[in-house]
Amino acid sequence: MGMATTRPQPAAACPGCVATPTEPARPIPEDVQLALSLPTIHCQACIFKVERALNAVPGVQSARVNLTLKRAMIQAEPDMRADALIPVLEAEGFEAHELDADVLSVTGSDKAGRELLMRLAVAGFASMNVMLLSVSVWSGATDATRDMFHWISAAIALPAIAFAGKPFFDSAWSALRVRRLNMDVPIVLAIVLALMTSLWETALSGEYAYFDAALTLVFFLLAGRYLDHRTRAIARSAAQELSALEVPRALRVANGGEQEVAVADLRIGDLIRVRPGGRMPVDGEIVEGQSELDRSLLTGETIPVYAEPGTEVSAGEVNLTGPLTIRASAVGSDTSLHQMADLVAVAESGRSRYTSLADSAAKLYAPGVHILSALSFLGWYLYSGDLRTALNIAAAVLIITCPCALGLAVPAVTTAASGRLFRKGTLIKHSTALERLAEVDTVVFDKTGTLTQGTPELTNLDKISPDMVSIAAALAGASSHPLSQAVTQAAGLAGIEAAKVTAVTEVPGFGTQGLLNGQTIRFGRAAWVGATHGTHTAAWLSVDGAEPIEFRFNDSLRPGAEEVVSSLIASGKKVILMSGDNTGSVRAMAGRLGITDWLAEALPQDKVARITEMTEQGQCILMVGDGLNDTAALTAAHVSISPATALDAARVASDIVLLGTDLSPISEACDVARKARRRIRENFRIATVYNVIAVPLAVAGLATPLIAALAMSTSSITVSLNALRLR
Amino acid sequence: MEVISFLIPISLFLGAVGLIAFIYTVRSNQYDDPEGDARRILSDEWDDHPKP
Repeated sequence: MGMATTRPQPAAACPGCVATPTEPARPIPEDVQLALSLPTIHCQACIFKVERALNAVPGVQSARVNLTLKRAMIQAEPDMRADALIPVLEAEGFEAHELDADVLSVTGSDKAGRELLMRLAVAGFASMNVMLLSVSVWSGATDATRDMFHWISAAIALPAIAFAGKPFFDSAWSALRVRRLNMDVPIVLAIVLALMTSLWETALSGEYAYFDAALTLVFFLLAGRYLDHRTRAIARSAAQELSALEVPRALRVANGGEQEVAVADLRIGDLIRVRPGGRMPVDGEIVEGQSELDRSLLTGETIPVYAEPGTEVSAGEVNLTGPLTIRASAVGSDTSLHQMADLVAVAESGRSRYTSLADSAAKLYAPGVHILSALSFLGWYLYSGDLRTALNIAAAVLIITCPCALGLAVPAVTTAASGRLFRKGTLIKHSTALERLAEVDTVVFDKTGTLTQGTPELTNLDKISPDMVSIAAALAGASSHPLSQAVTQAAGLAGIEAAKVTAVTEVPGFGTQGLLNGQTIRFGRAAWVGATHGTHTAAWLSVDGAEPIEFRFNDSLRPGAEEVVSSLIASGKKVILMSGDNTGSVRAMAGRLGITDWLAEALPQDKVARITEMTEQGQCILMVGDGLNDTAALTAAHVSISPATALDAARVASDIVLLGTDLSPISEACDVARKARRRIRENFRIATVYNVIAVPLAVAGLATPLIAALAMSTSSITVSLNALRLR
Repeated sequence: MEVISFLIPISLFLGAVGLIAFIYTVRSNQYDDPEGDARRILSDEWDDHPKP
């Protein structure tokens, strides 16, 4: 923003040069605005550590941490890249991810939130002033003084409510237009009726006016709305952060060159180059190159598949070792990736099936209040024959029953609970997710990428002689294949140095080979080194003339996976493992975590079918998954969680996203959700108790504006305090 | 009771001042990071003079 202008300008040599520049003015390079997501920061020490570390980097002009959004905004010189800043923060012990600042700036300024806050402020200040005048009336102002106070109150209340109450008027009107009732209809009716009767009373120098009640009502309801909005705005922007991490681009091979194009522009028959580490943008067939493919996000299989010309590939698979050229056979919505997404649309979602506690309360409440108020109007009109008294009492009934506490009961609790979970790295995306999470009795986990990190880990290091490990490490060091990297890492941790191997070459799709003391050595696939493949994920090392040595791998567990599973089982929930991976690895993983119920080689349809079947038996299922093959299951489950590393589609389908790599927040989220539901129910009970006491008074015509104000404020404050106990 | 002809305008004026001050804080992004602002006060940095 303003930084560009504060940078020192090159001093002009003579005043004349300023007036007549010798060359056309070049645009001053704009400073770049970088954004980093920092999922693990949580306290003041983190803020200052991050800011100090970032500000110390040459080229960074200013860095500011936003703890609420767990984000750092950095103003830097034009050639600064976020890649340069992430290692700086990782050295300080903070997890950091780059965010697309352009995407964020669109969503950054929360217009609706500000508008609500402004209305809340107007309602708050107006109600304070009117309350001041009302207190003087209640404490004994009479005659002309009282009338004057009432008129001043009216002059403040009418414009303030016209401005502050707009969200309620809009919402009630849109419900009435389609002949429906929502929570806002009785609210608007109460406000309008209270203002009308109060104006009438004031004009007739009456004793009671409800201007203060109408304003406080608007104020408390707006407070509830604002809390609700804020919780969801934070969740939404954090969810958008995750989406901003993936860019849909592909390399098209045309006229002998490569050209970067958007995935949407690819056509059938196009040749597309996919580099090692890249994801297949479309379905197709390999025409050139050899490599291995990681299909785990689509199928859950962990063992990479060998790929050569003629192999069919599907969008979403990851190319591991060599560059591949593929010919597109299906693009856009015809790809298998999209067909899986269609499965999601077909599956009835747990969200739409659920009626929130607030909705069911409103369903009881809205007609009840209207009937009660109409009956008291009719009753008093027939009894006294006086329209003015009857209208006053009807207004008093509406004002006193008005759902201040009801409007605050749910948002106050969800705000407190979401805030507490967000600080632990759990993002609640959907407004009823917590309520649904509280009902869960069965938890279904996906294996690859969810319980495991999707990165292999060497398991039989102690059974291999260090000499062999050092030779393998030398070969593995030359490759970026996940298994090779696991060997390099394991050797490094064990303190084994890589042997001196010459002429190391990687043969894409097979492995790495080299020369040691004149002998050919190979490290790679079983068939390539002359060994027979077992059921495990393994790589083999062959030194000329000797028996090949097996290096076994296991998918490494995600941190917190063991704790989550054991604490969920301890809290009496059924835990199920469902994976598309082969039976051997799923059984091994289930045994390792103590899960007795598991399903292997499950297709996406199988997962959905199993979940639907269990749902029909009355179980409430929490699905935790990350892959495309889980997306439909995530949607079908009662409530769903995905880790931040999940595919975009899976994150969109799930209600809750874990921002860090740790799984342990899941069990805490379940606890907090149960407590939150208990608090919401308590809040409803508190609101009901106040109504039970105050409504008979109002119906009997004994309610004064003072009683209405007391009932409304105390119930709203008790409800909010009760919610705060969750923090 | 003549005093209320001063007191009422004064109270309304003070209320308006509060409202305008609040609108200013909203417009200048002071509610974007309530969590962080609550904790920044614990820092010793910039205690002696404000951040330039």
